[in-house]
Amino acid sequence: METAGVLMTYPMSTYLEQELDSRFDLFRLWDFPSRTKFLQQHSHSIRAVVANTTCGADAELIDSLPNLEIVSTYSVGLDKIDLVKCMERGIQVTNTPEVLTDDVADCAIGLVLATMRRICECDRFVRNGAWKKGEFGLSTKFSGKAVGIVGLGRIGSAIAKRAEAFGCPISYFSRSKKPDINYKYYSSIVDLAANCRILIVACALTEETRHIVNREVIDALGLEGILINIGRGPIVDEAELVSALLEGRLAGAGLDVFENEPEVPEQLCNLENVVLLPHVGSDTVETCQAMADLVIGNVEAHFLKKPLLTPVF
Amino acid sequence: MAAQIVENEEPQLPQILIHRLPSFDLPFKAQLVTRFRLIDPYASSDPTAFFSSPQAQSVRVLLPVGPSPVTADTLRCLPSLQCVIGSSAGVDHIDLAECRRRGIAVTNAGSAFSEDVADYAVGLLIDVLRRLSAADRYVRSGSWPVKGEYPLGSKLGGKRVGIVGLGSIGYEIAKRLEAFGCSIAYNSRKKKPSVLFPFHENVCSLAANSDVLIICCALTNETHHLINKDVMTALGKEGVIINIGRGALINEKEMVQFLVQGEIKGAGLDVFENEPNVPKELFELDNVVLSPHRAVLTPESFTTLYEVVMANLDAFFSNKPLVSPVDLE
Repeated sequence: METAGVLMTYPMSTYLEQELDSRFDLFRLWDFPSRTKFLQQHSHSIRAVVANTTCGADAELIDSLPNLEIVSTYSVGLDKIDLVKCMERGIQVTNTPEVLTDDVADCAIGLVLATMRRICECDRFVRNGAWKKGEFGLSTKFSGKAVGIVGLGRIGSAIAKRAEAFGCPISYFSRSKKPDINYKYYSSIVDLAANCRILIVACALTEETRHIVNREVIDALGLEGILINIGRGPIVDEAELVSALLEGRLAGAGLDVFENEPEVPEQLCNLENVVLLPHVGSDTVETCQAMADLVIGNVEAHFLKKPLLTPVF
Repeated sequence: MAAQIVENEEPQLPQILIHRLPSFDLPFKAQLVTRFRLIDPYASSDPTAFFSSPQAQSVRVLLPVGPSPVTADTLRCLPSLQCVIGSSAGVDHIDLAECRRRGIAVTNAGSAFSEDVADYAVGLLIDVLRRLSAADRYVRSGSWPVKGEYPLGSKLGGKRVGIVGLGSIGYEIAKRLEAFGCSIAYNSRKKKPSVLFPFHENVCSLAANSDVLIICCALTNETHHLINKDVMTALGKEGVIINIGRGALINEKEMVQFLVQGEIKGAGLDVFENEPNVPKELFELDNVVLSPHRAVLTPESFTTLYEVVMANLDAFFSNKPLVSPVDLE
């Protein structure tokens, strides 16, 4: 097992890198001047790819690794992995579900509070000395406000559980109504947006969900509405969101993800009613270690011919 | 008696004396004036004149606005005073010892602000642990594309949260944080018989067994500088402090030293010892979140406050028990 070649696509975690290095023949893609250079030398040695959402496993990479057996991604999201190609080739795919659920849900509630209660703006106000010159204005109460969740998977459910502790009525939109769940279901995202104050995007990015939060949804959410996105940037039509915020058609937004990361539309950086995070939804020391352990566990299980811990298929 | 300071001259209406710093306006004056005869000395050019006038002798109810101080001197000018209707959660701006001595009842905002303050405490805590305000600065300053990934935060779930002062605000905070998977313990003057969270008799023991301390007790002579270097040492290097109570509950100088030297991990502060002055050493730190005493200020909480104030006034004038009396013992 020690000789198996493992390719890490991106420097996602020092701990993971060290652990992989001590167990396998680890190749760091970023150590090579180009992907082509790397493939010329090592394409036949690689039996496992460890990827993440910055650098995944696309069809081209998979095709150029003839002995690839498993792709283990250090993420929940699979949008940077060509799943169809993996399935055709019989390549196993694992991700890191569950472990980061709590962190992303915490981040979502943190964004709601920071946006509605204007906490980051307050912090700016104090740091730039403005408090000595006058009082900061009012902010909006969160407890008890209607929360609408787009995508009631693990993360969406964890957000709902937290929002319930704030006395918020919960409703949701997803492909189908979930059995045994008492939250109000909307089969149309526009109807959900029209009936909540805070819309939280927590679904996966797929062809169906790309730009699902469009102008119509934003306008249904309305003047007092708050949009939170902790899913993926392209789920929201960012240009429409920016124009709604600039035109005052939306009260505010809390965004952990963007369409073209790490680029963030410059107009957003000048607005006071938005909170902008650099895609840190699951980025805690504790969770990153748990995710790394899961990636290692899956790769090891594969080579030991044991059941995978968190297979995607 | 200058006419401009009295609103609604109907003589049979109950009379209330408004007491306010010139910078504070009574938020629901328009509603009160339909039911009460309001005397507002600060509407005149010489507010002190009222307090030496014969009319001051008959004032039974005082309504201080926000944190406007009610001193023993003020109280001395009002010999018939029976009740001070406070409109804040903490009443450290009212001379409670003098009220007790004179048998003057004092009310506070009751639980009007509890949900908003609890929300804010949770917001500050997530902000400190997950570094939201600092991350927002990072994005706005254009650092993301240049410097790459932002440093990791720390997880809220599983943290041991110690609540200093388990009143209605503390209870609302506990209820919220349980949903995030935190374990809760508390310190207060005495153990609450109906509460199942572990009780610590002293705040040092609570700090030693907590990752996070949330300060939400009342400021009194006993709680002044309650959070000192001993408590912070017990809390330790990985510990976080959230203060949404009053600035003087913490020895601010010692806390600044602990933060600057990394002897505690971070702090979320809505209140300070000498507001609006904030120790400038804190401005340089990314592990603190600073807020200008805003935890209660939403339109929603003002509506609830209005209901509490009206209920207390109605109770007083109809000789019924007050709705949110402050325990003066």
